[in-house]
Amino acid sequence: MMSSSFNIFRVGISVVIMCIFYKSAVDSLSELSPQKYFSTLQPGKASLAYFCQADSPRTSIFLEELNEAITPLQDYGISVAKVNCVKEETSRYCGKEEDLMKAYLFSALLFNEVKYITTLEDLQNIENALKGKANIAFSYVRAIGTPEHRAVMEAAFVYGTTYQFVLTTETALLESIGNEDIENAHLYFFHCKQVLDLTLQCRRTLMEQPLTTLNIHQFIKTMEAPLLTEVTEDPQQVSTVHLQLGLPLVFIVSQQATYEADRRTAEWVAWRLLGKAGVLLLLRDSLEVDIPQHSNVIFRRAEEGVPVEFLVLDDIDSLISHVESNVHIEEIQEDEDEDTKSPNMDVQDDEVAETVYRDRKRPLPLELTVELTEETFNTTVVASDSIVLFYAGWQAVSMAFLQSYIDLAIKLKGTSTMLLTRVNCADWSDLCTKQNVTEFPVVKMYKEGKNPVSYVGMLGTEDLLKFIQLRISCPVNITSVQEAEEYLSGELYKDLISYSSVSVLGLFSPNMTTAKEDFTEAGNYLKGYAITGIYSEEDVLILSDKYAATLPALLLSRHKEGKIESIPLANSHAQDIIQIITNALLETFPEITVENLPIYLRLQKPLLILFSDGSINPQYKKAILMLVKEKHLDSLTPCWLNLKNTPVGRGILQSYFDTMPPLPLLVVVNLHSGGQVFAFPSDQAITEQNLLLWLKKLEAGLENHITILPAQEWKPPLPAYDFLSMMDAAASQHPTRKDPECTKEMDVQENDKKQHEDKSAIIKEPIETLRIKHWNRSNWFKEGEKSFRHDNKEL
Amino acid sequence: MRLAAAARLWGPPGLLLTFALHPALCLRPARTAAPPHRDYCVLGAGPAGLQMAYFLQRAGRDYAVFERAPRPGSFFARYPRHRRLISINKRHTGKANAEFNLRHDWNSLLSHDPQLLFRHYSRAYFPDAGDMVRYLGDFADRLRLRVLYNTTIAHVTLDKDRQAWNGHYFILTDQTGQAHRCSVLLVATGLWVPNQVDFPGSEHVEGYESVSVDPKDFEGQNVLILGRGNSAFETAENILGVTNFIHMLSRSRVRLSWATHYVGDLRAINNGLLDTYQLKSLDGLLESDLTDLAVVKDHEGKFHITLKFFLEESNQSADAITLPQDDNDNFAMRVAYDRVIRCLGWKFDFSIFNKSLRLSSSGEFSKKYPLVKASYESKGSRGLFVLGTASHSVDYRKSAGGFIHGFRYTVRAVHRLLEHRHHHVPWPSTEHPISQLTNSIVRRVNEASGLYQMFSVLADVILLKENATAFEYLEEFPMQMLAQLETITGRKAQHGLFVINMEYGRNFSGPDKDVFFYDRSVGHTEDAWQSNFLHPVIYYYRHLPTEQEVRFRPADWALPRPTAIHHIVEDFLTDWTAPVGHILPLRRFLENCLDTDLRSFYAEAMKVGAAPLIITGLAAVTRQK
Repeated sequence: MMSSSFNIFRVGISVVIMCIFYKSAVDSLSELSPQKYFSTLQPGKASLAYFCQADSPRTSIFLEELNEAITPLQDYGISVAKVNCVKEETSRYCGKEEDLMKAYLFSALLFNEVKYITTLEDLQNIENALKGKANIAFSYVRAIGTPEHRAVMEAAFVYGTTYQFVLTTETALLESIGNEDIENAHLYFFHCKQVLDLTLQCRRTLMEQPLTTLNIHQFIKTMEAPLLTEVTEDPQQVSTVHLQLGLPLVFIVSQQATYEADRRTAEWVAWRLLGKAGVLLLLRDSLEVDIPQHSNVIFRRAEEGVPVEFLVLDDIDSLISHVESNVHIEEIQEDEDEDTKSPNMDVQDDEVAETVYRDRKRPLPLELTVELTEETFNTTVVASDSIVLFYAGWQAVSMAFLQSYIDLAIKLKGTSTMLLTRVNCADWSDLCTKQNVTEFPVVKMYKEGKNPVSYVGMLGTEDLLKFIQLRISCPVNITSVQEAEEYLSGELYKDLISYSSVSVLGLFSPNMTTAKEDFTEAGNYLKGYAITGIYSEEDVLILSDKYAATLPALLLSRHKEGKIESIPLANSHAQDIIQIITNALLETFPEITVENLPIYLRLQKPLLILFSDGSINPQYKKAILMLVKEKHLDSLTPCWLNLKNTPVGRGILQSYFDTMPPLPLLVVVNLHSGGQVFAFPSDQAITEQNLLLWLKKLEAGLENHITILPAQEWKPPLPAYDFLSMMDAAASQHPTRKDPECTKEMDVQENDKKQHEDKSAIIKEPIETLRIKHWNRSNWFKEGEKSFRHDNKEL
Repeated sequence: MRLAAAARLWGPPGLLLTFALHPALCLRPARTAAPPHRDYCVLGAGPAGLQMAYFLQRAGRDYAVFERAPRPGSFFARYPRHRRLISINKRHTGKANAEFNLRHDWNSLLSHDPQLLFRHYSRAYFPDAGDMVRYLGDFADRLRLRVLYNTTIAHVTLDKDRQAWNGHYFILTDQTGQAHRCSVLLVATGLWVPNQVDFPGSEHVEGYESVSVDPKDFEGQNVLILGRGNSAFETAENILGVTNFIHMLSRSRVRLSWATHYVGDLRAINNGLLDTYQLKSLDGLLESDLTDLAVVKDHEGKFHITLKFFLEESNQSADAITLPQDDNDNFAMRVAYDRVIRCLGWKFDFSIFNKSLRLSSSGEFSKKYPLVKASYESKGSRGLFVLGTASHSVDYRKSAGGFIHGFRYTVRAVHRLLEHRHHHVPWPSTEHPISQLTNSIVRRVNEASGLYQMFSVLADVILLKENATAFEYLEEFPMQMLAQLETITGRKAQHGLFVINMEYGRNFSGPDKDVFFYDRSVGHTEDAWQSNFLHPVIYYYRHLPTEQEVRFRPADWALPRPTAIHHIVEDFLTDWTAPVGHILPLRRFLENCLDTDLRSFYAEAMKVGAAPLIITGLAAVTRQK
């Protein structure tokens, strides 16, 4: 279906992917020289060219992917060719040094076309950036994965190079540009290209038809058409793109004498009717056909054979309303069945599931990881140090993470001694159970097949890479004072410092056997998360004296801050040591990111967050660090959030305050009990004294919270099918089916009575509180919408 | 007479009579001399007994299996007479998942040893019974199960003792008079006493257990078979081509397993006679109550069918007895038969159990089975469990509890119950964060064999933790015991629960149902509740149902009315992993029961703010892990 709708309007897009490497010839790609390629370019025909320097060793994966993409792309009317760049070639595509190690072309094409935004500010930024350069197609859809969303993405695929496509699902954003109808998808066309004065807003045209691929196509076509055309022919003979699209034409009749004024009027009308009708300026003087004397407007319907109407209209509004009331916009139903039946509960609103489903036909280069089975698992993990990804082929998160895992394999190719393997638990269920895998996905690291370490970080390439890189056998045995100093300074494991900002060194006298064992156990446990070392030579006192440590002790070297601190370890068991090190890995005043938030949330303390637009003012940092040092913040987790790095902070602030407050801003969020949010008064300077005073008042309960976060913030996005009442409805149509109480043992009368009471109670309950809605094709969707909206409000 | 017949079949003739005298003598000495004690005694080394022995052995329990034959599986050494098992041995499914593959392996017992899978014993889809005997022997040997062969337990009685686990011991007396004292008795003796119907002339009738299996013996004969089960049809199938005709007579109409979805009914592999009957090839089926009949042997040695009623009227010589055709000259069975064969199945041997055990039969419709609770424990004596085929009263004509592929799971359920009751080992469970809820269910409904075979008998149970932030997953719990879940499993069900069951459509199965009707399959997710073929059904309860609610549940419901119910739409491939067709509606159901959002999000999306998040929401990122 998708491809057929595209065949209707192939347009000229040319997507160019550049690359300077090239290895082997791939048969099914047609190979061309640059000159030949450019000479074969046809207007109105999309083509994908791939420019390669003729001597690259590393892009075979890319070429394979490209090969895979040929057929689907051809379905979309796009031809694929490879262009060999010779060294002296001067084409502007050949020179660019961009290493495309991997590219999944098809989705790459689709996804780079659309910018996803959440705030009005984002929209304004894009708008400003494109003024005088390009027009914008801005759309709001209820959720990712709806048919409307798909229609927009398809349009973006075709028009993405001509217009900037911008997408949002934020109702607040839609409302802020003046549209209250958040239940339907909308598309606006921002006319930014002709805006030369950067202080002016781009004109906007709202598409009024439902968002279907064809409607969007039609709409954009009318946006592309000239706003106003001057004609001197017979109105009956004129033809513009509007007629082809089924839209009427409006001729403003002008004469030489009033030309200037008429043109202004016509332009004004044209803007008003943009997307609904074509507007033309007809010069009566140079026209050979007769036009009734008084008529100032000619209206021509799109239908063939209908005579033109000559109108006499007093003002623009009556002209507009005449057109609008006469325009029968042909509603193009794409697929009636689908429109009436589907939308709704079947819409995939889980973005992970949606992307995995979308990419289901895209083969992953799985060969970079070793697939293990029940038979090969044990021998493999014993034979070589291995990372094992346990996943389930049917589970979306697994498959999304498998993608990251493959990316990691590509990154590590040929550089790591670690074997990257995977087990599909959908096939090897018993094996996974035996390896204690009860959820998906799980990553474990096996060294010599023993004591697997589970990975608990974010399910992404970067964090997993860190985990793998830090796997060096911990604790590292340090053998000399000199080496210990190198270790503490970060010299020894220079390449690992970027993965761990803290190096831990345990200091022991040679005879402290149990303490050493405990430390070793802890180091082992933290493998993959922290670098630990151990030093227990005779001359350990040199180090303990230097760092004022009492043996046994820990030295913590914080590389970022260039500080080394010591912690006594007397009588600490492995668990305590793990706790000490884990706490030490936490920063005292961290920048909160999406990735590290869970770690800090685990502390279960209220967050003291400084929201900052860009990096933090050193003064504030100093003030807070001072308070930390003086132990005033022990009951809180102080942190800051850089809106530039973590834009979602904006959304957070907006849910705290109704409007975006001025930054920087300090808040205390009591997440774990109560959910109150307190804001530090913005008229006060963030100084140590002011903060301390405020915190004291807070503690004393003298401050008012600005908002309370709802406890149940994660509501079901949509209702479920109510099979129970469907079954009831069906059962009530067959009264022959007896009620159970009557059929079975009637001996105990009391029982029977009680039974009835029980039953009514049970039936009542779900109606009161269960959010399962009655399934009724005509109105359930509205209900679902309502609850959806309601939830959003709550958020 | 019944005993004597049994003895002829199973042991040296006369042996049982001797033992019958013993119990009275043995009881007293047993008490004083303290007979050898076992915590668990298993009667019978058939599939169910061995299966239980395996679990007891793995758990390190004190147990013994008593088997009168010298090798395990003696029933299979004789039956089925024509040696072809009708339990499928599907060696290829296209899948590697061992648990899934058990769904289509109806012969293997459960063990940790992949060599002990039946597909290593036979390549036949319908394997030879000899392979089953060999398999069971290997199972006992390889796993070193403690089986006392050649030990016939002739009498079982109770010995009250307040010290005992159940307030009494079971005293088993073997053929040598040796007594064995057991805390728990697990009866896995199967059904082996041939069912007989007493009517005049029944002495002329040959039994399935002894009739010739050589088709040559039936050349050109008129044969009447009594019974309409698989053994009757199996017998007919064997001689269909050599007889003049076969008539088959039984009380009830034929029940085809593909219409009833019950594997104990007539399997298509044996139903050649239905074909020839309907094509008018002289073979035929008739319905009549066997107890009203009489068989009369004439002077030529041929058999005539008449009514008991006529015999009672007169006391004439055989040739002069009134026959139905004397009045109705078109009476269907007016022809004389050369042979009458009885194929009426078997029943449980109640005879060795002392009355004090109060082990009674299950009532009018399943007389052949001892009466047990849904937990397979006898209603009469605590600590006595019935396993295997004999435990089929729980799901007779419903599920697979009377067959290896079903009872291997019910045996495991009984063992889990015992582990908790006597050893404080709670029912095994895995604990997961709530984010894994959909996954856990999808995984089980797609691979679990126990749920699939023992549909509507064993069900998985999900116990929610406080605030529904986590849950415990319990596998294969006998669902009729749901009200007693906390006592049986040792797990707490205070915060709501889900029950995952597999079900056929309500009105789909039955002997008179057309299961090939047009539009029999449901494809749309919103019509999932009307699914006909086996499909997963998830019940949600806010509170554990009470015994009353379970007992007085609606007639055609597997469980009491839940707070909410979800059907995963039936699937032609029994692969319930379609993202939109299966998983999405399931997630919506779970979300709405728990009033929460179970979606996953990309952290990247959070960075750019794709979701309307507040900072608490970010914690959800961790839920993924």
